[in-house]
Amino acid sequence: MSEEDRDTGASPLLASHDHHGPELTDHDPAHYPVPDPGHPEHLPRLTDVDPKAADRATRQVAFFFGMVPLFAIGFAVVYFAVPGDWFFDFGPLRANARNLGLGVTFGLSLLFIGIGAVQWARTLMSDEEMVDLRHGATSKPEDQQWMLTELDKTVEESKLTRRKIIGRTLLAALGFVFVPMLVGLADLGPWPTKKKRAETIEKTLWAEGVRLVNDVTFAPIKADDIEIGQLVNGEPENLQDLHGAEFQIEKAKAAIVVVRMDPNTIQIPASREDWQVGGILCYSKICTHVGCPISLWEQQTHHLLCPCHQSTFDLGNSGVVIFGPAARSLPQLPITTDAEGYLVARSDFTVPVGPSYFERDSRQDFEEGDN
Amino acid sequence: MRFLSSRRRHPAAKVALLLFALFVLGGLYNVVAPAERVSADNGYSQQQVDEGRKLFAVGCASCHGLNGEGQTTETIQGPSLIGVGAAAVDFQVSTGRMPMSRPGEQAPVKPNRYSDEEIAALAAYVASLGPGPAIPTETEYNPENLSEEDLARGGELFRTNCSACHNFQGAGGALPDGRYAPSLIGLDSKRLYLAMLTGPQQMPVFSDEVLTPEDKRVIIGYLNELHERPQDGGLALGGIGPVSEGLWAWIVGMGLLVLFAVWITAKGAKAK
Repeated sequence: MSEEDRDTGASPLLASHDHHGPELTDHDPAHYPVPDPGHPEHLPRLTDVDPKAADRATRQVAFFFGMVPLFAIGFAVVYFAVPGDWFFDFGPLRANARNLGLGVTFGLSLLFIGIGAVQWARTLMSDEEMVDLRHGATSKPEDQQWMLTELDKTVEESKLTRRKIIGRTLLAALGFVFVPMLVGLADLGPWPTKKKRAETIEKTLWAEGVRLVNDVTFAPIKADDIEIGQLVNGEPENLQDLHGAEFQIEKAKAAIVVVRMDPNTIQIPASREDWQVGGILCYSKICTHVGCPISLWEQQTHHLLCPCHQSTFDLGNSGVVIFGPAARSLPQLPITTDAEGYLVARSDFTVPVGPSYFERDSRQDFEEGDN
Repeated sequence: MRFLSSRRRHPAAKVALLLFALFVLGGLYNVVAPAERVSADNGYSQQQVDEGRKLFAVGCASCHGLNGEGQTTETIQGPSLIGVGAAAVDFQVSTGRMPMSRPGEQAPVKPNRYSDEEIAALAAYVASLGPGPAIPTETEYNPENLSEEDLARGGELFRTNCSACHNFQGAGGALPDGRYAPSLIGLDSKRLYLAMLTGPQQMPVFSDEVLTPEDKRVIIGYLNELHERPQDGGLALGGIGPVSEGLWAWIVGMGLLVLFAVWITAKGAKAK
């Protein structure tokens, strides 16, 4: 620590440092077994002593700056002269010639300004080394005292202490300024009362007798047509009747995956025996973690993997979580077949689909070992 | 009629009547009974089936069993091939996935050692084990003459059914335990069709009844269109958007900036 440092001893930071016993010096062999080598000797640069080197450096800097107009003009030439359908091929890389030309010329013109400036500073500008001292962050006590006096004086001059009504109305004014902003929050959505939840996020389009159809094509799915190992990304048939935002909202909630597994290789609890048709099971496609759509299904392991955070659900075991951050098993949709052999839902999902929310009751969710 | 009525008590009449009734019944059954989806008569000759059986015994039977019945032991997991059909054989053998050189999580693509005739013979033998999907004809998978509307629908079907594993542009992706969904870039149309039809390894099956041949054809058309589109600006890295651009910015951009910073602070030539 140098002499100058100690002069700023008024700072509490440095003052507290003093309380922790004697200062450590460079000569204390117990703490500093290796002596501080100090700063290296300051040597003049070649360009400081050799005029020829300085001239060379000057020419370099001028060259760098001189390149800038060349590339800037090059940019204009590329802009007007290169057709938009020329391409450069570098192996797997394929680049539009005009885009590449514009980028390279403009980028290099900027880069050469920088290189010239840095080379100028490194070789020709003054080469002094100096120490910039650090100070504590607190102001000096006399400055703090001065600030407090000024504050008191301002309060006195504003007459706030004698005419209190001004201060109170000002406070009220500042408070009411926020009312418009609070009113704007009302558009965030309905208040999630129990009734509101039951008719929005806890309800989907699925109901008794609603046919399962292919997503995109809306073709109904026959139970006989699904082979073991097959996966179908599905939606409810009545989704087609909706349009616009309503369509998107209901699609997002009602999306399902239908899979068929060999019934002898999976576990079907007694309570869900009639939720499936010969090993055809239907699950919500929406991950119970944060609601990504999942259809990454391994037909041999029966694992459904969410690509967002690697939550893994076992579709051969009522959708229980076997890995990852999801806390609840994937909701299963009870299905059966109608008179024509098409797959239909037996009811809505028995639990809300999708990610958790504060009010969600998790007691109905299937857990490993349930029947 | 006199001829018949006069001989109705002949000892052979009962036998003749019985035979006649059987013929009528059999003939009626043939007419009324539904044709099987893939009958035993699937265009392969008995000679092909016999040759296929021999090839099967050499190359496949050690895991899949001498009659393709499959076996599951601690070290060998060969699924049953009854009912997988000729399509599965064509896909697995022509891409070199089967026979596997050793048991593993996933059969990798490797050079195929079988000739087209040998693959056809193997397919004939496996198809004879039980009904399963046949090899599609070129009109089914050839994605030519598709309208832009078809291609757009193919894109929608691809993003709904395939992109979860194979990435938005079909660049492939990772699965648990070292398994992976292979890249679809540059694959021929037949191979894409066969994979959807048979659901090889961990891939789910997309049967023709649910994802119709026309749906499959527009998906293939979309993929071809997507991969033929010029990728202006260099490596797309699977078209995952800002992530691939970020990778460039971090590795190339930041690397150059670090080198530049080192140059700025480096001490230049000194006089001594």
